[in-house]
Amino acid sequence: MQADLSVILPEIVLAIYVMVALIGAVYTSKDKLAPLLVWVTAALMAVLGIWIGTSGSGSTEAFGGMIVDDAFSRFAKVAILLSAAAVMVMGQDYMSKRGMLRFEYPLLVALSTIGMMVMVSAGDLMALYMGLELQSLALYVVASLRRDSAKSTEAGLKYFVLGALSSGLLLYGASLVYGFAGTTLFSGIIEVAQHGHVTIGLLFGIVFLISGLAFKVSAVPFHMWTPDVYEGAPTPVTAFFASAPKVAAMGLFARVMHDAFGHAVQDWSQIVALLALLSMFLGAVAAIGQTDIKRLMAYSSIAHMGYALIGLAAGTELGIQALLIYMSIYVAMNIGTFAFIMMLHRDGKPVTDIRALNQYAKREPGRALGMLVLLFSLAGVPPMLGFFGKFFVLRAAVEADMAWLAIAGVIASVIGAYYYLRIVFFMYFGSEGVEVETSRSPVLLAFFSAGAALMLIGVISTFGLEGAASAAAAMLVH
Amino acid sequence: METILLFAPLVGAVICGFGHKIIGEKAAMWTATGLLFLTALLSWITFLTFGGKTEVIEIFRWIESGSLSTSWAIRLDRLTAIMLIVISTVSALVHLYSFGYMDHDPQWKEGESYKPRFFAYLSFFTFAMLMLVTSDNLVQMFFGWEGVGVASYLLIGFYYRKPSAGAAAMKAFIVNRVGDFGFALGIFGLFLLTDSINLSDIFAATPQLAETTISFLWTDWNAANLLAFLLFVGAMGKSAQLFLHTWLPDAMEGPTPVSALIHAATMVTAGVFLVCRMSPLMEVAPEATAFITIIGATTAFFAATVGLVQTDIKRVIAYSTCSQLGYMFVAAGVGMYSAAMFHLFTHAFFKAMLFLGAGSVIHAMHHEQDMMNYGGLRKKIPYTFAAMMIGTLAITGVGIPLTQIGFAGFLSKDAIIESAYAGGSMYGFWMLVIAAAMTSFYSWRLIFLTFYGKPRGDKHTHDHAHESPMVMLIPLGVLALGAVFSGMLWYGSFFGHADKVGKFYGIPVAEASAGDHASDHGGDHGATDADGHGDGGHTGDAVVADTGHGDDTGHATDHAEAGDHHYVFAGAPGEGALYMAPDNHVLDDAHATHWLVKTAPFFAMLFGLVLAVLFYIVNPELPKRLAQQQRPLYLFLKNKWYFDELYNAVFVKPALAIGKFLWKKGDGNAIDGFLNWLALGVVPFFTRLAGRAQSGYIFTYAFYMVLGIAALVTWMSIGGGSH
Repeated sequence: MQADLSVILPEIVLAIYVMVALIGAVYTSKDKLAPLLVWVTAALMAVLGIWIGTSGSGSTEAFGGMIVDDAFSRFAKVAILLSAAAVMVMGQDYMSKRGMLRFEYPLLVALSTIGMMVMVSAGDLMALYMGLELQSLALYVVASLRRDSAKSTEAGLKYFVLGALSSGLLLYGASLVYGFAGTTLFSGIIEVAQHGHVTIGLLFGIVFLISGLAFKVSAVPFHMWTPDVYEGAPTPVTAFFASAPKVAAMGLFARVMHDAFGHAVQDWSQIVALLALLSMFLGAVAAIGQTDIKRLMAYSSIAHMGYALIGLAAGTELGIQALLIYMSIYVAMNIGTFAFIMMLHRDGKPVTDIRALNQYAKREPGRALGMLVLLFSLAGVPPMLGFFGKFFVLRAAVEADMAWLAIAGVIASVIGAYYYLRIVFFMYFGSEGVEVETSRSPVLLAFFSAGAALMLIGVISTFGLEGAASAAAAMLVH
Repeated sequence: METILLFAPLVGAVICGFGHKIIGEKAAMWTATGLLFLTALLSWITFLTFGGKTEVIEIFRWIESGSLSTSWAIRLDRLTAIMLIVISTVSALVHLYSFGYMDHDPQWKEGESYKPRFFAYLSFFTFAMLMLVTSDNLVQMFFGWEGVGVASYLLIGFYYRKPSAGAAAMKAFIVNRVGDFGFALGIFGLFLLTDSINLSDIFAATPQLAETTISFLWTDWNAANLLAFLLFVGAMGKSAQLFLHTWLPDAMEGPTPVSALIHAATMVTAGVFLVCRMSPLMEVAPEATAFITIIGATTAFFAATVGLVQTDIKRVIAYSTCSQLGYMFVAAGVGMYSAAMFHLFTHAFFKAMLFLGAGSVIHAMHHEQDMMNYGGLRKKIPYTFAAMMIGTLAITGVGIPLTQIGFAGFLSKDAIIESAYAGGSMYGFWMLVIAAAMTSFYSWRLIFLTFYGKPRGDKHTHDHAHESPMVMLIPLGVLALGAVFSGMLWYGSFFGHADKVGKFYGIPVAEASAGDHASDHGGDHGATDADGHGDGGHTGDAVVADTGHGDDTGHATDHAEAGDHHYVFAGAPGEGALYMAPDNHVLDDAHATHWLVKTAPFFAMLFGLVLAVLFYIVNPELPKRLAQQQRPLYLFLKNKWYFDELYNAVFVKPALAIGKFLWKKGDGNAIDGFLNWLALGVVPFFTRLAGRAQSGYIFTYAFYMVLGIAALVTWMSIGGGSH
């Protein structure tokens, strides 16, 4: 038992902290404590992230295989914790200025983070569902954090209802798998799900599981909630949605597919490939019509999930490595971009219309340049880091004999480049219009510049990202 | 020393081209010129001290890729040494000459800087040309080949404000592309078959090449013939031989010093050099060399006919150059590479001088180039007149028949004509003799129209005609020395007895038929010893097998002084600077031709001279009457056999039409149209569709999710893993 607990010690520490802080804040000064809580929570998560990243080694199972601690889960956890901490710190100023910073916010984020950590180290369908629901329930609440805003509550409600539907699908899939495999443990399922011997029932189970997970990564056609929730939720929450939960969901997706169905790759890879294809194209095509930068980023994230799914669809170790690298780069890009979005305001109100950026480069050449780098990276223009992320997944696809998917990815990225470049166009060559102000928050500026700088520095050195991703992938793919 | 010699012009070009703003225009120009004179000095030292044995001086490793291994190296042999002095001497003198000629050019406004650019181009050209002739592998040679092409392009279009100059530069570049394509194919082919681009390896492999067949285009070819032909196509382009000659007359749009350097003395002879350089390959490619002979002879004839009626002084000389290059190719084609090099060598002097002399006339006449506006200039510009006279005497081949005394052109041209006869090419022989008569006619016509008779044209220009400055006259004087003496001095080395020629080029020679035949033949090689040559060749082989070639040469020289022995070229391909197969005895046969053959060019020259005197001194009305009587013929010649018109109709117009079609229909309608349709029609359509799907209603979203899963399940149960 002690050994089991020590495996999930980081989760336990975070959970105890959340409960203590919740009760403590309720009985003391409540929302006034919020800024402090943000910093402390973020610091704790960062420390936990570094701890997990540096301490763990090898592969350990706990609770009879329900929880797995291996290189893959550690990689995902570090990414989740660090990005969640970063996004929380980033949004603090924005929220407190607009009176949205309640003390529950950091704690809900921390709770969902615990859920995510469980997700990526799940070794059993039950643990999977537990983690998923813990994460989702916290997210439903933060989506509707602005109770007085119709849009925010609408976003929360939509997310909740559709999330419930997807949970239903997932559970149905899980029960089918259990019914046909006779066990909920991944290690047991993989024995049954051998390629060529997958029964139709098990196959249906896989399809339903995939559908549920596809909802979490917002892959087409389970993506419909994404633009509305991204737009409706407060920007810091949107930024959060676009970072840690995506990593967690993608990590979980990869873990289930490989840990539980790793011997039947041919059976599911075509479904994933289809999801990837649809996501890339829909993300690219639909974003063109958007003028709201948050909605635009929603479609952008759908497209990016499509690319990441290529890595999963490849079904190889290289594919998983590419997926992890892609997700890490994606999170870094998104943090930088959302830091920029949070800086924009006019008369104290946030501005999300991209046309407000007309002639922005004349007033703020430095920031415009940083945003240009980030947008180029999102679009996948070499030599920015985003290009290499795409390059990795496309290579994985080609080497897995899915050249058609790689070609489709390239075409989609050409279409998608349009809307990123349009923002650059507005910034540099747009017509004179109403000016937008830029907040001088040092925290935002720091994250923004770091994100932009990383897109260039990362080309020279990715700080061991490739090696870690490779180790993580080796652990997962059998 | 060779390295300094090679890179000095490059250094000069860089300093002059990029540094003239720092060190000043004058200093930049003198730097380039000074370095060129240094190169010339070193070249002469190299030439005079060169021992005859081929040396390879590696400068750096260049390409290492698979089995392709190449150094950047200098291959120093007699062929290179000859080219070195030709290039560096003419180039140095042209640099000097340009100080006078390019001063106050009316193409440029006061204060505009154009001279350093001109000098930098000239120096760069010289570097590229040296690179070409010193290379020891074909890719390095190709580098130089293209380098001179670029320099030529830049210099022809030097007067970039003149549209005609720009067009001429483009024409030169594009026509040369055709030739270069052949050259490149030849290099590829050689690499394919010999797995090397180094000259030594290729030479060593020529006997095998002669036995190999290669499949190219629609049929099988003999490899040696095909490759020799392809290389010759390159040479045709560079040396303006028939069908690829159209660029050379137009290249006269460039400043006159450029014409003298590039389009008379050096670059255009690169093709001849290439053929001579590849002599081991040519020796085993009889069909290709026959083709070379025919093209050369035809070019010599064709260009001479066109030269008869041109009135632009530079164009006359340009056609003359074209024609003389034809001579060289005939010599190379019949296997007498040494005679080709001889003519190349002497031609460089007198043709450069003719051009520079023409430049001096043009300079004196304020850039008037039409000879119809000249006349009676010999008093006004006496030094130029003297130089032009010497050049004309040299090119027409004045000398004492049946001796070795005469102007440079006399010796080298006669050598070629004799070789053509001895090589068995009657077509070549007759074409060259007729061309010699025409050469004489148009050269004297030029002299008479320019310097004799009454002044024609603008009176004001004639009144102000003045002799050129010393910087322009000194080069003329130096070149005049070459035009007079170069033939007599080096006759023995280029076209003497086999042992002398062999020593000069480092070709091993063998004493033929020492035992049984030599005494019979003595010094008299009549037409009767045809079979004796065959035997001699074989015996020669045997001798070489026994003795080292250094000793052999010395030995041979001793005997040559006695003058009663018979020598043949021997040695393996690539051992000397040139290679002549054992059965190649054109040299001996040429010496043994009938006296009528030997004097034929002399009489042809006299005929041309007399005709020119008759036409332009005695009765100046005659040419006009003749032109009216023979109007179709006159127009045919005047319009250069309508080659430009023909090419325009066959190549240029269709190419433009195809280009226009691809541009308007292909690129404009098909590609742009398709992309616009996609980007402005299809994508926005789907964008609208996606926007409409995003209704905002939660039931729609749920509906899509259910639809999605239904589709997936259906797909899986029909096509997926169901078994």
